[in-house]
Amino acid sequence: MAKQVTIDAKGVHYTPLNQQIRKAIEDGADEIVVNNVLGQRFIGDGLRGNATIRVNGVAGGDLAMFMSGPTVIVNGNAEHAPGNTMDSGKVVIHGSAGDAVAHSMRGGKVFVHGDIGYRGGIHMKQYETQRPILVIGGSAQMFLGEYMAGGLLIVLGLNGAMKAREIGSGIHGGEIVIRGDVDDACLAAGAKKVPLTDEDRARIAPVIREFAGDFGLDPEPLINADYTRIVPASARPFAGKYTWE
Amino acid sequence: MSSNFGSMPLRYRITIDREQCMECGRCIENCSYGVFRRDGDRILINSRNCTACHRCIAYCPRDAIMLEEQPCDYRSHPVWTRTVRESIYNQARTGKIILAGMGSVANLPIIFDHLMLDACQVTTPPTDPLREPVEIRTYLGKKPSKLDLRQKPNGDVELATELAPNLMIETPILLGHMSFGAISLNAHLSMARAAQEVGTFMGTGEGGLHPALYPYQDRMIVQVASGRFGVNIDYLERGAAIELKLGQGAKPGIGGHLPGEKVSKDVSRTRMIPEGSDAISPAPHHDIYGIEDLPQLVRSVREATGWKKPIFAKIAAVNNNAENVAAVARSGVDAIAIDGFRGGTGAAPRVFRDHVGIPIEVAIATADRELRRQGLRNEVSLIACGSIRESADVMKSIALGADAVYIATAALAAMGCRVCGNCYQGLCPWGIATQRPDLVARLDPDVASKQVANLIHAWTLEITELMGAAGINSIESLRGNRDRLRGYMLDEGLLEILDVKSVGA
Repeated sequence: MAKQVTIDAKGVHYTPLNQQIRKAIEDGADEIVVNNVLGQRFIGDGLRGNATIRVNGVAGGDLAMFMSGPTVIVNGNAEHAPGNTMDSGKVVIHGSAGDAVAHSMRGGKVFVHGDIGYRGGIHMKQYETQRPILVIGGSAQMFLGEYMAGGLLIVLGLNGAMKAREIGSGIHGGEIVIRGDVDDACLAAGAKKVPLTDEDRARIAPVIREFAGDFGLDPEPLINADYTRIVPASARPFAGKYTWE
Repeated sequence: MSSNFGSMPLRYRITIDREQCMECGRCIENCSYGVFRRDGDRILINSRNCTACHRCIAYCPRDAIMLEEQPCDYRSHPVWTRTVRESIYNQARTGKIILAGMGSVANLPIIFDHLMLDACQVTTPPTDPLREPVEIRTYLGKKPSKLDLRQKPNGDVELATELAPNLMIETPILLGHMSFGAISLNAHLSMARAAQEVGTFMGTGEGGLHPALYPYQDRMIVQVASGRFGVNIDYLERGAAIELKLGQGAKPGIGGHLPGEKVSKDVSRTRMIPEGSDAISPAPHHDIYGIEDLPQLVRSVREATGWKKPIFAKIAAVNNNAENVAAVARSGVDAIAIDGFRGGTGAAPRVFRDHVGIPIEVAIATADRELRRQGLRNEVSLIACGSIRESADVMKSIALGADAVYIATAALAAMGCRVCGNCYQGLCPWGIATQRPDLVARLDPDVASKQVANLIHAWTLEITELMGAAGINSIESLRGNRDRLRGYMLDEGLLEILDVKSVGA
């Protein structure tokens, strides 16, 4: 039987709060419910294992940073950089998130139902079987996928027009898939648009299906929608900038 | 790209004394740049490929090889120097930023060389380090501003203040951060073994930690830089301390870039990026966009590792160094490494390397003074880096306010590096700045680790002797003790900044 632990975060500083969560995992909890979260940072930071942490409230910065395995579900918004340098596991945010979502993420999934701020997916990277996935239900702001070096970033634009400009500045790996058309003027230097092939669609379909399942959406219209795929124009965006002494 | 420049004058000319040469061909085997080749019974020379790495000279059994720098003169001109002219030719041909290897070559005065150390004579006698112990063991990290004691029921007194984690080093010399990728695994292994032998620590640089170094992880300071290469929870937990790299003296204000050619299978594994892909470290950490974000990064690594490890930050020395250092100290780190404008690098834009930043001597002095002024000096240790060349530089750094130093180029030299500055070519014939297996195999960690350990041991002995001569029996009494320095031929403004008196005063 699954072992559930409930923690009340009301008025608790993040260090003792995170110690309580860590201890619950060490004691074998499968599910940890953290109530009354009000901006406490670093929840799930550096945690291993496969427990599920339910955050009821607004998660503070660097949610699930360096996390390796667990699932974090936020019933609320998340601040700056959820999924920062995350290794594996899953973050599901039933709200919006701040800047630098999935910064330097190298594996696992981050799903945000609402919007995200600036620099979403910045410097995501992949290695062998580790391929990070970031899916945004709403819109993203400028510098989406900046310095992106690997992984998959999907923006579904469920709440109207996509706001991101300077998309894929310095991108040298991975792919950005955005529902609908993206104006060429919104692409940064180093990024280029390519058509989404049937193979691409088949590849992203399970991801969209999982996302839709997590947020109670109908997946089929999303899977069959028109998408723009943005990839690096070159794997060496800065190679032409330098000469040797 | 075509140009009308023809070929540039040779940088170096290699000659072989044919009387001495016995055509054994060791020069051909040793030179990875292709200077030598055999044609029948004669060894031919292509000096244009020469980097002055000295490998052929070191391994010629007959001392038959000679190297001459700049064998072809330009018309001498004090303004339009050779470097200036050749940079123009290069950029007129390519239209690109010039990259160069190793530290600054700008011919600027070295302040260390204008600071003289003190010794005792008749008014106070020197101490004899052979007889009287000179304590140089150093603890890096936060020191409490006051100590609370409590009495136990049996009357004994014990410490009630909780102490922050510190790193204990047997000598105030650490091995600075150079990544696996920039240098070879055997170079890393050699330094790790040396660190273990002499009781100090080495930095990983931003290249992750190769599994071959796991046995030495207790001697490693793992670095987290803006590219986050090789960083995961396992890496953070393995290190004895964690360093957040915010800047580098050779290229303040810009990031780094390991070209795809250097990302071999092994390098790709520790950096956790695909083989052959560029490893781009952005200029800032993109989760630090303001002074209030730095404490967040510091605390994120503390939370991830249970507040058990000292956290270092490394910054480049720039104009507002004192303010930067105070800001970093207030972010909650345990130690701050300051990298002066002569700091080394595998590759940096020449214009940054030679023109941006301030000297480490000034940066340490102003950092120490500002931290004392703000009552923060006990909150952080200071590590001086950026061309610490000899034991005297270590002494002078500590007297100017440092707790310890990082050495890097000096450690490479201890392994055979001749400071040729061609690290970027990836063909280092000494097996240091290369990933080519046959070249890496030339560096035997059993031998090279001993050489690095010898260097640190020798400097440590010299420091002990210098301290004894100055009548100082503990490193704490030297730290920030500017009265044991005198400036020779330094101007009044600089003396005031350093807070050092002139010779004779």
